[in-house]
Order: sequence, then C-alpha cells, then structure tokens
Amino acid sequence: MSLYILSKERLPQFVKALQGKFRVVGPVVTETGFAFDDITDPAQLQMDYTTTVLPPKKYFLPQREVLFSYRNEKENGGPQRLEMRPVYQDVQPTVIFGVHTCDMNGVMLYDKVFSEGFRDEHYMERREQIYIIGIECLHPCDEASFCKDMGTLTAPPIYDLHMTDAGDHYFVDTGTEKGERLLLDNAYVKMAEKEDIQRLGQVLSAKWPRFRMRLKMSRDQTPSLLTLGYQARLWQELGDRCLACGSCTNVCPTCFCFDVHDENDITMQGGERVRVWDSCQLREFALVAGGHNFRESKASRVRHRLMRKGKYIKQVHGLLGCTGCGRCERACLVNITIPGTLNALHEEMQLESGI
Amino acid sequence: MLHTTQNLTTTTTPLRYNGHTSVFLPIVATVEEVKTETALEKIYTVRLPGGQNLGHVPGQFVMVSIPGVGEAPISVMSSPSRTGETFKLCIRNAGDLTSLIHRLQPGDEIGIRGPFGRGFPVAQFRGKDILIAAGGLGLAPARSLIDEVLDNRSSFGRLIILYGAKNPGEILFRSVLAEWDERDDVEFMVTVDRPDDVWSGHVGVITTLFEHVDINPYKTIAVTVGPPVMYRFVTMELLGKGLTPEQIWMSFERRMKCGIGKCGHCQVNHRYSCQEGPSWTYAEALAFEEAL
Repeated sequence: MSLYILSKERLPQFVKALQGKFRVVGPVVTETGFAFDDITDPAQLQMDYTTTVLPPKKYFLPQREVLFSYRNEKENGGPQRLEMRPVYQDVQPTVIFGVHTCDMNGVMLYDKVFSEGFRDEHYMERREQIYIIGIECLHPCDEASFCKDMGTLTAPPIYDLHMTDAGDHYFVDTGTEKGERLLLDNAYVKMAEKEDIQRLGQVLSAKWPRFRMRLKMSRDQTPSLLTLGYQARLWQELGDRCLACGSCTNVCPTCFCFDVHDENDITMQGGERVRVWDSCQLREFALVAGGHNFRESKASRVRHRLMRKGKYIKQVHGLLGCTGCGRCERACLVNITIPGTLNALHEEMQLESGI
Repeated sequence: MLHTTQNLTTTTTPLRYNGHTSVFLPIVATVEEVKTETALEKIYTVRLPGGQNLGHVPGQFVMVSIPGVGEAPISVMSSPSRTGETFKLCIRNAGDLTSLIHRLQPGDEIGIRGPFGRGFPVAQFRGKDILIAAGGLGLAPARSLIDEVLDNRSSFGRLIILYGAKNPGEILFRSVLAEWDERDDVEFMVTVDRPDDVWSGHVGVITTLFEHVDINPYKTIAVTVGPPVMYRFVTMELLGKGLTPEQIWMSFERRMKCGIGKCGHCQVNHRYSCQEGPSWTYAEALAFEEAL
C-alpha cells in the first residue's frame, strides 16, 4: 500500500495536469442534481457530492454503442454483398473522479460479466483505458441509501486511486500500477507519514455509525429468502403497482442487459449494428418469435428483477446484483424499493412458515 | 494495497470471426442453395469462407444476420455427419428478418455467428433407443440428431420418430419422411391436427401417437423439440411410459439477442439458454421455476 497526501488546494492543479493526458470526468452540478460529466474546468469537480441520477456505468457500457459498421449492397440483379468492420467505441484514456464505493462495486460486477465466459472486447478494450479514482463515502447520500446492508461501504479492489477526505487534504491510496502512473511522478502529492496513516484509520472508523441498516435480514440471506418467496403474494401486489417504465433498470449500476439492433444510414445500404440498454421490466423483453411471452405479467417481471439482484447474478458471477446505492428507489414513480420488497417478503415468509 | 485490474477470467472461444476480436461480428457466409420446403419454410445451404466446417453438435444454433435488418437465432438442421463444406438451415417466414431471408437467392451473402449453446450429448445416447417427438418446425433441429443417428445407425438401438404438424400442408421433408417410413430400422409416425380431404393418416395432436408406441424405459432417451405448449403434454406421456426426467431432453426457444450469455433476453431463472441451453433435460427444467 502506498498512501499519499493531496492537499485540497492542489486538487485543481492535479486535475488540470491530468487533463493534459486524459479525458477527465467526474461529478458536477446540473439543473437536476449531480451528474457524471466531462470536467472542462477543475472548479466544476464536486468530490463532496451525494448521488447522481445515473451511475458512472455510462462510461463502461454506453447507453448506445456501435458494435460494427456494415455495407449491404445489391446491384441490379446481382447477389447481396456484405462488408462488416468492427467498431470499438469510446476507447480513450479516461479518468473518472469521485466514484463512490457502491458504484465501484457495480463496476467490479461488470468486469466479471464482460470478461467471464465469452470475452466482450468492446467492453474490455474500453475498460483497460479507464482509470478509476474512488472517493471514500463518509456520510450516507440520503434516506434511500442502504450500502451498509449490501456491504458496499468499503472500496472494492478495482480502484486505481482512492481518495478519503480528511478536512484540508485527501488521503490518496494507490490500488494499481495504473494508479501509480496517474500520480504524475508525485508532482502534486507527498508520501503519507506514520501519523497520517493513524489519522486515516480514525476517519474511516468514525464513519460507520453514520450509516443505518434498512434490511431485516443479512444480505447473505437474500438468495434463500428469494428462493423461499418465489410464489409469494407480494409479487402480484408489486406487479399491480409497477408501471413497467424501466426507470429502475436504467439507473441501476449493476443492470447490464442490452438489446441489439441495426440502424441504417440514409442510403439504406449501410449502417451500424448497435447495442442499447434494455430493461427486463419492459413487456417485449422475453417475447419470442411466434408471440409467446415468457414474462407476460408485470408481477413476473418485477420478480425477475429482484431475483436477479438478490440471487441469480450471484449464482452466475458470485456477487450480489445490488449495491444498495438507492437509485432505483429514487427513480421509481410508485415507490417500489429493494429494501421495502425484501423486508415485505421476509415478513410474508415469516407469517407463512411461522418462523 | 497494490492489486491488479487484469486478473479477470478469460476464456478461449470456439468462434471464428475473421481474425477480429469482436464476438458480435458475424462472418460473411454465402447462400449456395435455396429450396422451398412448404408455403412457410425454405431450406438454405450455407457455405462458410473457404468451405470451413461449422463444427457444431446436434441441437446447437447459429445467429443469422442480414445487416440492416437484424439477427436471429436459428437451429442448425444438418447433422455433423452431413456437414462438410456447407450446412443447412430450415427457416420459417415469421417476421421482419425471416421474411427478408426468404427473398435471398443463391450467391447472396449472409452473416453467421456461432455455433452457440449446448447441444444434445450424442456420445451419451450411444447404445440407447432414441425416441424423437417433434412438433412443427421442431423437426428441423431434430433432423440434426436424427441424421446423426441414421449415419451411425449401428451405434444406437431403436430409432422412433413421432412428428406432429398442424395440417398436411405444413409437413416438412416429405421425401425424407417417405424414406424413414420405408426403412426397417426406423419407426416413424406422423399426425396432423387438421386433416385435408386427401389426408389418410393419423389425426390429432402429437400425444395421440404415444398409444401406438411401446418403449423400453430402461434404455430409451427421448428428445422433444417443438413449440412451448407441446412440452408439458409430451413430457407427461413420456413419464407415463416410465422414463425418468433425466432421460428426457428438450430444446427451449428463447429470444437470444447476443448468443454469448450477456444480454439477458434468454435467461431462464439464473441460466442463460444461449449458453447452458438450448438443450436441457426435463430434470434440469424441473429445477427452474419459469422454464415451462
């Protein structure tokens, strides 16, 4: 572990120096709250922010991403001729400042999803060029946060640099060699002293009581709770309320499902195959040729989302599919929440089994 | 703490994609022959660059592309035993993409990715009696297994083929069916739901054929391929004949969009049918809550 000290006064200079070599993005203030966006002026960067509507997943898996370009030509009476060239979109050295620990956990899941089994080079090429600078969460974002329940209040081992606010300076921890390179020969930081390390320990341990727990069960129990509750009455209630708008999956840092379609250019002889974020909450998601829909009811789709978050993704990739960031709760128009759902399921199952 | 972001699992893939690294990029294949099979289905003979072998197992599928229109999963109709420099796909005109595929002529190019998914474990079937129950277009993927058995006939026991079609006009592979009917080493029966004036064979859904079949449950493997509604009833018949769920194989249709276990569309509970399927045993399917 290499721990450094970056004085807050020097942060703008550090950002500016990085801008010479990288695209630099981070949380900024917008009309609708905080959002991750390009930093043009270091003064825009808000390291002390609450939460953003969209997680930084948009830099890892763009909402619309070109996979390849094609030409599909057929000259009068001749055969159809194809030409296809792969496109690797948004591959550029990018530094993301101010990634909360919940969102780093989301990225850690993405890394597994897109590298395990078939390796998705479109993701991986871009991923290798992204530098993550985390920020330690010292206060909950708001009432919707339940990161402490989900165990995402600690930085997972994917950050390149990780910063902790210590009043007039930041502690900067290097996680990778990529991170070491970001420090630009330590031009803006100095090595931490022994007493600094003790101080960091104090700051970190002081934060825990500020975060409350919202789940009535431990996160390790959610897979078995969801197995037990597959036929629960709750799903119908939630299905009746759900508007099937897909907001929850759009804002989720672990949702990665996508649709693939072709977009022709104006000549109709060429274009691009793209993938776009999709949502299992939309009716068409599990519709097959011939018209059979494997998840026709909203109840079955709400249940599928919760099953993925609390069970299926863990079965496939070893990590829970929820980081406790609270974004789906903030985005939901009918107040369907993950803690509310799991707690209600817990109660229904207790009543049913007489535990 | 010094850790690395590079310790990510990597898997070598069986795919060939023109030397590029994108698993989404189809390889350009050529349609060699188009044969009109019924009013709804055509059979396409497809050639990969250089005549390379598809290298599939029965029950696997490929993703077929017409860039500008889209891509869809299509089961391979050819058995590996009949796949040399070309392979066959039987495609029903059922949507935007397939209606354009139906306009293709010999010499036209299409995109192919794959083969994908888990096929039928033919090696485990050796020495066993094989019962195939196919409904409608399901006979096309079933052919990949049937022809494999026929071409290695002495390695298997009885071959029983039950086939159900909606009406006589939708019956596929009529000349091939006539051959099966002639052979002493194939027990073949076909039924239609709605007969026409000249139909003289069985009438009724596919399950009505089972009363004419005796099987030895100790050494039979059943494989059923057809529309989703068929599985429940065919499975009941097979269980009634003494087969265990482990002896019953089926192929599931789902809306595969990527073929590589990422996009989420084909998920059945936690499993991606494009990876762990589309072939499953009934025992596996019973463990899913939303399979059937």
